[in-house]
Amino acid sequence: MRTLSRSAAITLAAATMVSLTACSPPETEPASASGSAATATSAADLGGMDALIAEAKKEGRLNVIALPPNWANYGEIIKTFGDKYGIKVTSAQPDGSSQDEINAANQLKGQDTAPDVFDLGGAVAAANVAMFAPYKTATFDQIPADLKDANGAWVNDYGGYMSIGYDSAKVPAPTSVDDLLKPEFKGKVALNGDPTQAGAAFGGVQMVAVAKGGSPENVQPGVDFFGQLKKAGNFLPVDPTPATIASGQTPVVLDWDYLNTAEATKVSTWKTFVPSNAVLGSYYVQAINKDAPHPAAARLWQEFLYSDEGQNLWLKGGARPVRADAMQKAGTIDTTAFAALPKADGTPVIPAEAQNAKAKEYLAANWAKAIG
Amino acid sequence: MAGVAVRRARRQRALRWSVLLLLGAFFLFPLIAMVEFSTRDAATWPLLVNWPRLSETYPDLAAGIVASLGQAALTSLLMLVLLVPTAIWVRLRLPRLRRVVEFLCLLPLTIPAIVLVVGLAPVYAWVNYLLGGSSLTLVFAYTVLVLPYAYRAIDAGLSAIDVRTLAEAARSLGAGWTTVIWRVVLPNIRSAVLSAAFLTVALVLGEFTIASLLHRTNLQVAIDYLGRSSATMSVAVSLAALLLAFALLLLLSLFGNRSSRESR
Amino acid sequence: MARRPRLRGAALLGTVPFLAYVTIFLIIPTLVVVIGAFAADAGGFTLANVRSLGDEHIVAAFGRSLTLSAASALIGAVFGALLAYALVTAKTGGLLRRVVTAACGVLAQFGGVTLAFAFLATIGLSGFLTRWLTEHGFDPYANGVWLFELPGLTLVYTYFQIPLMVIVFLPALDGIRPQWREATESLGGTTGQYWTRVAGPLLAPAFLGATLLLFANAFSAYATAAALVSQGSPIVPLQIRGALTSEVVLGQANLGKAMALGMVVVVAVVMTLYSLLQRRTARWLG
Repeated sequence: MRTLSRSAAITLAAATMVSLTACSPPETEPASASGSAATATSAADLGGMDALIAEAKKEGRLNVIALPPNWANYGEIIKTFGDKYGIKVTSAQPDGSSQDEINAANQLKGQDTAPDVFDLGGAVAAANVAMFAPYKTATFDQIPADLKDANGAWVNDYGGYMSIGYDSAKVPAPTSVDDLLKPEFKGKVALNGDPTQAGAAFGGVQMVAVAKGGSPENVQPGVDFFGQLKKAGNFLPVDPTPATIASGQTPVVLDWDYLNTAEATKVSTWKTFVPSNAVLGSYYVQAINKDAPHPAAARLWQEFLYSDEGQNLWLKGGARPVRADAMQKAGTIDTTAFAALPKADGTPVIPAEAQNAKAKEYLAANWAKAIG
Repeated sequence: MAGVAVRRARRQRALRWSVLLLLGAFFLFPLIAMVEFSTRDAATWPLLVNWPRLSETYPDLAAGIVASLGQAALTSLLMLVLLVPTAIWVRLRLPRLRRVVEFLCLLPLTIPAIVLVVGLAPVYAWVNYLLGGSSLTLVFAYTVLVLPYAYRAIDAGLSAIDVRTLAEAARSLGAGWTTVIWRVVLPNIRSAVLSAAFLTVALVLGEFTIASLLHRTNLQVAIDYLGRSSATMSVAVSLAALLLAFALLLLLSLFGNRSSRESR
Repeated sequence: MARRPRLRGAALLGTVPFLAYVTIFLIIPTLVVVIGAFAADAGGFTLANVRSLGDEHIVAAFGRSLTLSAASALIGAVFGALLAYALVTAKTGGLLRRVVTAACGVLAQFGGVTLAFAFLATIGLSGFLTRWLTEHGFDPYANGVWLFELPGLTLVYTYFQIPLMVIVFLPALDGIRPQWREATESLGGTTGQYWTRVAGPLLAPAFLGATLLLFANAFSAYATAAALVSQGSPIVPLQIRGALTSEVVLGQANLGKAMALGMVVVVAVVMTLYSLLQRRTARWLG
C-alpha cells in the first residue's frame, strides 16, 4: 500500500513539474523601470534630445549583442558612441547569429545583462516583431517607406551587395562566378557560414543562383553550382574569419561587400568584386528590445546610428547606410567613402521575405546533400 | 617446451614495442604540432604567462578562464554537498533506495550533453529569473553532468569500508547523524571524495556544449572564439589547458592507485 | 514494530535535497525533450516533428552519425585492444603499464575544442604536417579538404576512442589466466587454436561491449565536431545546433527536440546492450 501511495505521489509531483515547465517565468519590469523611457516612441516623448541624453547618461550602460568589431565598422561605432555620451557599451557574443540575439533576449529576460538593442537579419526580425519597442528617430521620415515598419518597430539600418573577396596575391582576379570552377581555385573558395544557418552565406547562394539563371526564390542553380564547386575540389568548408584571411587559409570568400572591403585594411592585396548582373542586396534591421534593461540608452543608440555621424561611420566600414540617398541630396554624406564602395553593374535585386521562404525550404532539404 | 615460451616472449616483446611506437607516434604528433604551431609567433607564450597583459589583450579569454575556475570550484562543492551525505544516508538507512539513486546518477550517461541543453533551456529561463544570467549558474547543469563519474568514485569508496559498523559504533557512543556523516564516515572515504572532485574539475574545465548553447562563457567557449581572431594564441591556450588537465588527472590516478591499495 | 514505518518516512526526508535537485535539472529537461518532440509550435499534440525525422536530410544526418560512430568505434576498438594486449604482455605493475594507463585516462577525457585545435595545428590548412607534406611534394588535400568532413571527424575521434578502449578492455584481458594458455598447449593446441577456441570466445562479449560503449561515446560527442565543422551540419548533434541557432530557417525548436529524442533512443538501446554484455563478462571476470 505504501509503495502504491508513494508512486502516486511521485507521479503527481512529476505532473506538477511538467506543467510548471510548460509556462515560462513571469514577465518582469525592465530593471530600470524609469517608465517613460521604456515606452517613449520618440525623443519628444521624453522632452527632447537633451532629456533623452540626460536619461541615458543616468543609466550609464548599453548592452549590444552579436556585433563583430570588424563588421560594418561596429568597433569604431561602439567606441565613438561610448566616448561621446560617456556610456559603457557591453558587447556580448560578437560572433553570435541573429537567432542568438533573440535567444539571449529570451533567456536573459529581466536581467541587467539582457541585450538592449538588436541588429538582425530580415527573417529573424520579421518573426519577432512582438519583442520590439516601436521608436522613431529624428531622421525617421528620410528613410524609404519599404525599408521600415510604419510604427518604427523595426527599421533597416545598413546593407550591401553580395560580393566575391579574393587575395590578388594568391589567385587570379575572377571576372565571373564561373571562374571559381577553374583549377586555379582548387581548395580556395569559402562561404561565410552555412547557408541554412547564417544570413550572409544564404545571400551568397542566392547571388550565385541569380548569376546562374535562377532567382532569389529559385536557388537550385546556386546549390547545384556549389555542388560542382565541391566536386571540383574548389569548395573550402571552413568558416572564414579575419584570422583565416590574414593567414591565407581562405583566399576567396563569398560575403557581403562591406565585410570583404573591410579586410583590405589588414590584407592590402584583398580585393572585392561584385559579379555583373548578379547584384544581390540585403539590409539588416535595427530594433529595440521591449524589455531593454537600459531603455533610454537603447533609444539614444538608435538616434546616434541614424544621425549623419552614425550613417557615415557605417559607410566608412563599406556598408551602404539606409539614409544614403537623403544624405547625398543634403550633401552630408562622406563622399570619399561613398566613392570607394565596390562598383556594382546591374540592377540590385533585394529579395522579399516570401521569396526567401521558398529558397530556405529548398536549401534545408538540399544543401547538405550538395556539399556532403 | 622452454623454447616455445622464449620464442613467444620474444614475439610478444616485438609486438608490444611496435604497437607502442606506432600508437605513441599517433598520440604524440598532434602535441608536437601544437608546440610548433603556437611558437610560430614568438610573442604568444610570453603573453600567455603574463596575466595582467593577457587579460588586457584578450579580455574574453581572461573572463573565460576566471569563469571556468569558478565553475570548477563550485561544481565540486555542490556535487560533494549533494552526493556524499545522500550516498552515506542511503547506505545506512534506505538500502532499498540504493538502486534508484544509482539509476538516477548513471542516467546522464545515456543523455548526450547536446540533448540535455535542449531540455535545460526552459529550466534555465527560471534560473535566469531567480538567480541572474551569470556564467556561474552553469554549475547546476555541470553537477548533473558529473553525477555518474562522481557517484562511481564515492560509491567505490563507501564499498571499501564498513559504513554500517562505523556508524553504529559512533551512534552507540552518542554521536548524532551529522557527526556520523561529517566526522566519522567522511574522513574514511577521503581519497574517494578527492578523486570525485578531481574528475569533476577535469570535466568542467573541458565543457563546451552547454556553455556555448546557453550563451554563457567558460574556458572552452573563449578558446573557440579566440580561434577566429588569433589562431596561434588559441592553439597555445589549448595546449596549456591540455597540460593542466593532464597534470590534474595524473594526480587523480596517483590518488586512485593509493585508494585501491588501501582497499585491498 | 509500529515505529518502523514512521522512521522510514523520516529517513526518506534525508534524500529530499538530492531527489529534488535531480528532478529539476535532470528529469524535467528529459521530459521537456520527450514532450517537446510531440508538441506543436503553437501548443497541442502533434506527430509532425517526429514525422519530420523521416526527411531526407535528417535521415542522412542520422546515417552519417551512425557511420561516424561505428567507424571510429571499430578503429578505436581494434587499436585499443591491440594496445591493451601489448600492455598485458608487459610486466604487471611495471612503469610502462602505469604510465600508459594514466595517459589513456587523460586522453579518453580529451575532446572538444582543444582536440579540434590540436588537429588544426597538425593537419589543418596551415598545420605542421600539412606544411611538411606540401614542401615534400605531397598535397594531402589534393582531392578536397577532408578534415572538415566525415573522414576527418573519424580521425579526430580515434584520438579519444583508442584510449577509452584501453581503459574499458584492460580489465577483461587481465581476467585471462596464463594457465589457460598452458593448458591449451599441454593438450596439443596451437596458438591459432588458443585464440579462436579459448581466448577469443571468452573475450568476445567484453570486446563487443566495449565497442558499443565507444559507439555511444562517439554518437553523443558534440564539441569536437562543433569546433571543427562549420559547413553542411553533417551529423545529428550539429543538426540540432542548427535547429536551435539558425537565423535562416526559423521555428525548428521542436524539431530539434525530436532529433534529441532520436539520439536518446539510439544511445539508450546501445547502452542497454552494453550493460547486458557487461553482466555476461562480469560472471567469469570475478
